[in-house]
This record gives sequence, structure tokens and C-alpha cells, in this order.
Amino acid sequence: MGESIVLEIARYSPERDAEPHLETYEVPLRKEWVVLDALNHIKDKIDGSLTYRWSCRMGICGSCGVMVNGEPKLGCATFLSSYAGRKRVRVEPLRYFPIVRDLVTELGDFLAKLKKVKPWLIRTDGPLLREGEYLQTPEQLDDYRQLSMCINCTLCYSACPVVGLDALFVGPAAIALAQRYNKDSRDRGAKERTLILAHPDGIWGCTFVGECTRVCPQHVDPAGAIQQYKVGSALAWFEGLIMPKKRRKTEDRHGAAAD
Amino acid sequence: MLRSNEAPLWALFSTGGVVAAFLIPVHLVLFGLVFPLGWLRPPTYEHLLGILRNPLAKIYLVTLCSLPLFHWAHRFRYTLYDGLKVKHLNELIFAFCYGGAAIGTVLAVYLVWRIS
Repeated sequence: MGESIVLEIARYSPERDAEPHLETYEVPLRKEWVVLDALNHIKDKIDGSLTYRWSCRMGICGSCGVMVNGEPKLGCATFLSSYAGRKRVRVEPLRYFPIVRDLVTELGDFLAKLKKVKPWLIRTDGPLLREGEYLQTPEQLDDYRQLSMCINCTLCYSACPVVGLDALFVGPAAIALAQRYNKDSRDRGAKERTLILAHPDGIWGCTFVGECTRVCPQHVDPAGAIQQYKVGSALAWFEGLIMPKKRRKTEDRHGAAAD
Repeated sequence: MLRSNEAPLWALFSTGGVVAAFLIPVHLVLFGLVFPLGWLRPPTYEHLLGILRNPLAKIYLVTLCSLPLFHWAHRFRYTLYDGLKVKHLNELIFAFCYGGAAIGTVLAVYLVWRIS
């Protein structure tokens, strides 16, 4: 057998364990193996009861997020060779989420928050879909393209200390996705999203730690999206102060914080 | 659903950060290094006093003192909330932080306006 590496994996069975514990597994250290390959190896060859989520193996589905040595990572995009010098690699479920079993976390709270910000195109006016598509220029597409790359992997939630402190905080991915639709020239839903976004548990909960942007495997920059929304909200607030009649109109666009 | 009053506080925090990051270092370098070390000839007392008699210079000085205080207030408030996990003392912390910044502003206005 060639070189090997030891993985410490958090195991938890709700019917058996009071809390998660670590179990160690020795796996081959192959240059082309990622953490997900090691988990698959353990499940196939060592312990078939190991439970984790995965699907595409290519950083698109966002299912295989885990904590690797305390950092939120996609299992399929984290090479074991990066940890070759370490004695052990610790793999745990994503932080701040309830654990279902082993490395599988409960995403219900995240999905509920995501749904609250209405991350879909909202149109109540304009031509019906059967009359043709809504055209968009390349510049209009560029306005939101990067934000649309989010794969809902929730790494940003595990990286965000505010999520850990405040369970009601809407969180980076949901706000970034709301902004993705707010910035879409075809969308008319900014007003509906305002009540969720310009709320103490929305953008104002963010203290701009910036970890969400650092760990995002898709380079979405949720922290930047949140700050942009804050600037728009603050400008709209002052505009409303100077020109109260315009207040309602600008709030609709930017989600100003009303008294 | 409840809406937030954070926008103006965040705006003060944000502009205070810009002032603290870009303008205060200029003053520190000029009056802390450049003039004391003789790299440039320092302005005379009368010259500086003349500048400070201008109302625009007074507004500038008050802004220079006030906005960074509000920047501190906002950051310190959240540091206390999250660092010490004392968000339940919200009213007290709020009054201490923004009240402190407001008192500092009033003091700055008083001191600057006394210059004649």
C-alpha cells in the first residue's frame, strides 16, 4: 500500500448517540482524490453506514458541503493532497445546522429563509410569456450574473458568525439570491423582498465579517451584495427624509428603512 | 413585518469609516510627522487660527471628529452584542454607544465654535 492519510469523521446516529463523536479511518492518499472520494472509499470498503450527501462530484450541485479541519468546503472540490502534511484531516457536518445523521445536516430552516426572499422572477405587468420572451442586453445580464452562480451549498452559512449567533438572520446566500433577482431587469419584485431584506434580521443583521465571500466556491460575493443593498437602503432613507413624497417610491426600489 | 431603523445609523457608520480611513491619517501624518520632523515648513499659529475662523473649516473639523465617533459607536455596539453576547442589554448599549458619539459631537461643536 502507498501513502495513506487518516480522516477523523464526525459520526452521529440520533437513535444511538447523545452527541456526535469522532471516528478515524485510514484511506489511501491519492493525488487525484478529493475528500468526497475518501468518504466514498470509506463507505464502499470500510463502513457502509457512513452517511453524507453528494451528487454531481463537480462543484455544481452544492450537496457535499462539510467542515474540513474547521473550514466549510465542498467535499468534491477539496483535494486530500492539500492536507498531506497533516497527521489527520477532520471532517464534520456543516456548522450551525442541526445534524440529521453523520455528515448530513437539516436544511429546512435555510430553505424556509430562501423561500421568504422570493428568489424567482416576479412580474405582474408587461406582456405575457406566451407573447414572447423578455429581452435583456449583455450589460443587464452582467448586473446579476455573478450572483446567479449560487448553488445553495450553504458553506456561507457555516462560515458566518452572525448565523451562529442569531438564528433568525436571513443569511448570506438568501440575501445574495434576493439581490440576484432585484438586479434582474426583468424582475419587478424588489418591493416584495424589501420587507424581508430591510429588516433587523435581514441585511442589517450582517456585520460585514466577509467570511461568506471568502468560502464561496462560486465566487458569488454575498458580503458585497449585502453591502450594496445597505448603501441603496441608506440612500433611499435620506432621499425620503429630504423628499418625503418620493419616499414611498424609493423604498419600493431600495427597501429604505421606514420609521 | 417590523422594518429597521438601521439605515441612518449604518450610513453614519459607513461615512465615519471613510473619514477615519482617509482624512484622519492625513492629519496624523501632517501634524504628527511632516511638521514636527521639519519635512515641510509648519504653518504658523496665526495662520492656522485664521483657517479655523472660517465657518467651512469649523464644519470640516466637527465632521472630522463626529463621524468617526459614530463609526466607533456602531462597531462597538455590535462588538458588545456579538463579542460579549449581551444583546439583551440592547437599550443600554445603544444609549452608551450613540449617546457617547452624540456627546462627543456636542463637545466638538462647543470647542470648535469657541475659536474666534
